[in-house]
Amino acid sequence: MAGHLQREIEKIKKEILFLGAMVEDRFQKAIYAIKTGNLELAQKIIDTDVEIDEREIEVEEECLKILALYQPVATDLRFLVAVIKINNDLERIADYASNIAQRYKTSYNDPNKFKYDYTLMADQAAKMLRMSLDALVRTDVDMAYKVRDMDKDVNIMRNDAYDSMKKDVQLHSEMVSEIINMYLISRHLKRIGDHTTNIAEEVIYLIEGEIIRHT
Amino acid sequence: MQTHIKMHTKNLDFFYGDFQALDQVSIDFIENRVTALIGPSGCGKSTYLRCLNRMNDLIAGIRVKGLAMLDNDDIYDPSIDVVTLRRQVGMVFQKPNPFPKSVFENIAYGLKVNGMKDKAKITRIVEKSLKQAAIWDEVKDRLNESALGLSGGQQQRLCIARALAVAPEVLLMDEPASALDPIATQKIEELITELSSKLTIIIVTHNMQQAARISDRTAFFYMGKLIEVNDTDTLFTKPELKQTEDYITGRFG
Repeated sequence: MAGHLQREIEKIKKEILFLGAMVEDRFQKAIYAIKTGNLELAQKIIDTDVEIDEREIEVEEECLKILALYQPVATDLRFLVAVIKINNDLERIADYASNIAQRYKTSYNDPNKFKYDYTLMADQAAKMLRMSLDALVRTDVDMAYKVRDMDKDVNIMRNDAYDSMKKDVQLHSEMVSEIINMYLISRHLKRIGDHTTNIAEEVIYLIEGEIIRHT
Repeated sequence: MQTHIKMHTKNLDFFYGDFQALDQVSIDFIENRVTALIGPSGCGKSTYLRCLNRMNDLIAGIRVKGLAMLDNDDIYDPSIDVVTLRRQVGMVFQKPNPFPKSVFENIAYGLKVNGMKDKAKITRIVEKSLKQAAIWDEVKDRLNESALGLSGGQQQRLCIARALAVAPEVLLMDEPASALDPIATQKIEELITELSSKLTIIIVTHNMQQAARISDRTAFFYMGKLIEVNDTDTLFTKPELKQTEDYITGRFG
């Protein structure tokens, strides 16, 4: 039975990493679509989000099947619990990538003066996502802790964006919907940072067996 | 919460002739808690269990070293009355082993052997024990029928009732549900949980999920040694030692 369980776990490992790679790709493309003004790419990200949703369900069902059939314990149990949660975080990150694409689409015809530059913030969130997935692959707890620290920068950048846009709203009250639309991108990026931090915390749980989420 | 150590062993060694089956085993058993002993076949867990009420004494050529205590009594002290010890530390075996007598007599037997003559009292205790073992409703109308006519699960609960009749302080169980179907197993597990409010229970099981479900503490044995004893929740989610982890996740050997 142990052999079966290990094979199933290896399979899940591949599936979650594949999903991670897909989500990372969506997020990168959403940012690239904004940078390069590629509306078509933005639309494609929105349209294909359903693929991620389907994979998320598949991974979850696989995990539930393993829990029911093998009743794993210790590291196997922690791995499956971590995967179930990471799976959910990845699906949410893909949703935010799709939302970013949608925000871009909505703002496509807005005046240029409200195009905020989110490059730094997006790069930081993307780096966190890559590192959190690397931490999972390599079971690297130090890297997971680093991701957790990096989230503070993303939060600061979102606050800066908020302050900046608050001023713009005061000066251009007639453009409030456009400004809110741009603000939402910073909000989505911040949420991506949050979910990436969750992934890192799940990796820490997997390795150390301690739930550090609220510490 | 204040906890009382009901039984404990310290550096317990056990030999079958020249073969050392237990090596320096030290465990504290907390009163009114369930402790599960797990480990691969031949690891010494059943030998250890049988040391706790001197059941191994029946085997020729055995030798015990170290300390085994029930409260403040050294159970291997020559002054200890083994019959009394086995009344205090009862035992239930893997295979249900009712006497070829009536249901009633199965329970009453131990009381009579212990010198009880008051029939009304015996009847009261028989009923109480059968109720404690959660089998009363199933056998109350067939107390005079042969116990051998009961199902395997019922026979095992009858054996538990028989053990309870003499009011033990500790109950040793050697794979009590391994010969039973899932429904009978569930009944035994529920019973163990219920009994643990009044009894100290030590159970050997090969079924790790069972150990995880019913015990408060779990001890992992390997090759005659105690490898790790820990709170069950901890042992099954984050064991301290790699050897324990390898065993419970099936990566052994």
